[in-house]
Amino acid sequence: MDFNLSDERRMLQETARRMIRETYPIEKRHDFARSEKGFSADIWRDFAELGLVGALLPAQAGGYGGTGEDIALVFEEVGRGLVVEPFLATAILGAWPLCEAGGAEAGDAGTLEAVIEGRHLLALAHGEPGSRYSLAQVKTQATESGGIWRISGVKSVVLNGDTADDLIVSARIAGAAEAQDGLALFRVDPKDEGVARRSYALIDGGAAADITLGEAIGTPIGAPGEAYPVIERTIARAALAAAAQALGAMEAAKDLTLDFLKTRTQFGKPIGANQVLQHRMVDMLIEIEQLRSCVMLAASTLEAGRETRERNVSAAKHLAGRVGRQVAEEVIQMHGGVGMTWELAAPHYAKRIVMIDHLFGDTDHHLERFIHFSKGAA
Amino acid sequence: MELSYTQDEIAFRDEVRAWLAKRLSKRLVNKVRKAQRLTKADYKEWHALLVERGWMAWHWPVEHGGTGWTPVQKHIFEEEMIAAGAPRIIPFGVNMLGPVLIEFGSQAQKDYYLPRILNDEDWWAQGYSEPGAGSDLASLKTSAVRDGGDYVVNGQKTWTTLAHFANRIFCLVRTGPDAPKPQQGISFLLMEMDTPGIEVRPIYTLEGEHEVNEVFFSDVRVPVENLVGEENQGWTIAKYLLNYERTGIAGVGFSKQSLGALRKIAQTEQKDGRPLADDPHFAARIARLEIDLLAMEIFNLRVVAAAGEGKLPGAESSLLKIKGTQVRQEATDLMRRAVGPYAAPDLPEAFDEGWNGQAPGPDYALPLARGYFNMRKTSIYGGSNEIQRNIVAKHLLGF
Ligand SMILES: Cc1cc2nc3c(=O)[nH]c(=O)nc-3n(C[C@H](O)[C@H](O)[C@H](O)COP(=O)(O)OP(=O)(O)OC[C@H]3O[C@@H](n4cnc5c(N)ncnc54)[C@H](O)[C@@H]3O)c2cc1C
Repeated sequence: MDFNLSDERRMLQETARRMIRETYPIEKRHDFARSEKGFSADIWRDFAELGLVGALLPAQAGGYGGTGEDIALVFEEVGRGLVVEPFLATAILGAWPLCEAGGAEAGDAGTLEAVIEGRHLLALAHGEPGSRYSLAQVKTQATESGGIWRISGVKSVVLNGDTADDLIVSARIAGAAEAQDGLALFRVDPKDEGVARRSYALIDGGAAADITLGEAIGTPIGAPGEAYPVIERTIARAALAAAAQALGAMEAAKDLTLDFLKTRTQFGKPIGANQVLQHRMVDMLIEIEQLRSCVMLAASTLEAGRETRERNVSAAKHLAGRVGRQVAEEVIQMHGGVGMTWELAAPHYAKRIVMIDHLFGDTDHHLERFIHFSKGAA
Repeated sequence: MELSYTQDEIAFRDEVRAWLAKRLSKRLVNKVRKAQRLTKADYKEWHALLVERGWMAWHWPVEHGGTGWTPVQKHIFEEEMIAAGAPRIIPFGVNMLGPVLIEFGSQAQKDYYLPRILNDEDWWAQGYSEPGAGSDLASLKTSAVRDGGDYVVNGQKTWTTLAHFANRIFCLVRTGPDAPKPQQGISFLLMEMDTPGIEVRPIYTLEGEHEVNEVFFSDVRVPVENLVGEENQGWTIAKYLLNYERTGIAGVGFSKQSLGALRKIAQTEQKDGRPLADDPHFAARIARLEIDLLAMEIFNLRVVAAAGEGKLPGAESSLLKIKGTQVRQEATDLMRRAVGPYAAPDLPEAFDEGWNGQAPGPDYALPLARGYFNMRKTSIYGGSNEIQRNIVAKHLLGF
């Protein structure tokens, strides 16, 4: 057993941390988050140039990483910096289905190269109104006629869906609305006349869109009808990434709170001198270490068989939600009034941490999945 | 033991309910239900109804224009207002300053200010907290120095709720800088917001809203007649007020309203093709909240009943404040959870009256994440929950 990072990974971590710290003060982050796109295209290109996008993708896609460990490592830094650039949407949710299809399909290899260089943005349009966190519940339909696939349906809260150069869209070609069989993934040009996008800001920064497809033309990614396993693996990667991001955000928020406990004085002493706050800080620390451990476990088994992968990812995401609420609420509470303000960074971390529970399945959803995938393990 | 309302109490409840149904405008109720931003005019409209009915100062003694209601009636009234979708009654004048003036004010102050509160002519703000004096309120520094017939006030208040709507502010100021204990050098002073030297600046909350302010004082001249009680008696007044402030502190009505809304949302939201309310996991979360609320309602009524027998609530009000805020916060947590991915979209413009755009998801989802984050304030203000625990612990342990 070895818990140490390889030299390359340590370098990656240091690069990411330094770059994010240096280019990402909170005021700038707000400017990016509140801009029309919801992020900065320039900063995104800088991140890509440093290799942070490529690090999330495997060699066969032209990347230089893509393991669970790489994903956890980069996203922890993304969380620590409250980054709003489209790491999740482009490098995980959009790019991985293309990678899994082998990148061999017409144009895909070129796409991934452009993604890694920060020149091309993607988004995964999978969730639908009423599908909540279910992976298989897809009502959007795709039909083929004369070799052309046309897609119709509604997709909701598509992360960075408004700025993507390509949409990866899930649709059903057969089966009931909840069936795992009969799903397909398509690449859809958002400029297609059958695509209508409505974008909005997210409460924790960044942007998403609802997308209506009316007979939009799509190019299949992989074999139509057999996309469920690809969707499941992609969401597993995204859930791990989100848990790692939550971990990074919690670390940063905890550090800010520790500073505050040492510097804010009331009743003639630092508020951190009160034992009740000390103990609660320690409880936070315990839970953050628990989460870190679980993220490491899930990262190390991301390439394992389905049961192990899903079980461990769900454990990590469940914990990220459970611990996240505790940490976010404590961070605000221990700051007192200033914890309720826009001006400080800490409340923005709290918002991000809580809202991560609304991505790729909340703490209850992953508890159920954990139970489900533990049955074989007993 | 009889845990239900008497015939008279039920009749009273029905009277209040009917009045609210008749007089409260659909427009206002709609805004409240959609969690839209309430303007000063909205609050004024609501207050005017209360003034007209003689219920503005519903908890004051009859001789000052109050209602003479029993504690149970007050409790019923509070619950019915919330259930009907009324805006809250802005508490600073009627709940806070009024009782203080009745107890400590000079005859001239009573004669002048009480009718103005009764008729909703003044909007008061509460100027207690300062950047350096939050939980440790007694360390406040804003100074008031006697100069002829005036006090000259210098310093800063913060977190002043809706000071941008107020025309008056009551402040705790330091008049006895050399007092042996900081509590002994504080006075209670009334000011007009348009006095030269007062400046209000907004503080934006974590959801980006303007609800609280900083208020700066530089060489503000306040006539000595505006001192309430004796000079350096301010701390006693503030402590008296704290007790008063704590009736209704549990927010039972608010939580009941939230629970009802939560139930409706859980019926509408789908999970795996069935209502979320049927999901055993989520149903258990709602049930746990409901049990806490059920217990707290009785707890609250026990304290209310004891107050009716003349017993001033002591530690109980702190216990109720803590539990009440926990339950309120839990309810908003569950509502946010209930709508899944649709908790994330944030449309600030949707909270303005007249917005008739389309929400990305269901309409009811829009304010839920905001509501959850905003509700965190309740365990911070009004004496934080840590400070409440300190109070009770001191009571219990004596040190
Ligand atoms: C939305 C909002 C509206 C408000 N409106 C008003 C208003 O209208 N007028 C007004 O005067 N004030 C108002 N306040 C201020 C409010 O009363 C203060 O925020 C509160 O008293 C806490 O003070 P603080 O913010 O300085 O936090 P601090 O006192 O700095 O506390 C920070 C943290 O330390 C904890 N802590 C402090 N001392 C101890 C201790 N001895 N033991 C254990 N824990 C401790 C606190 O509980 C808190 O968790 C408002 C606040 C908010 C958030």
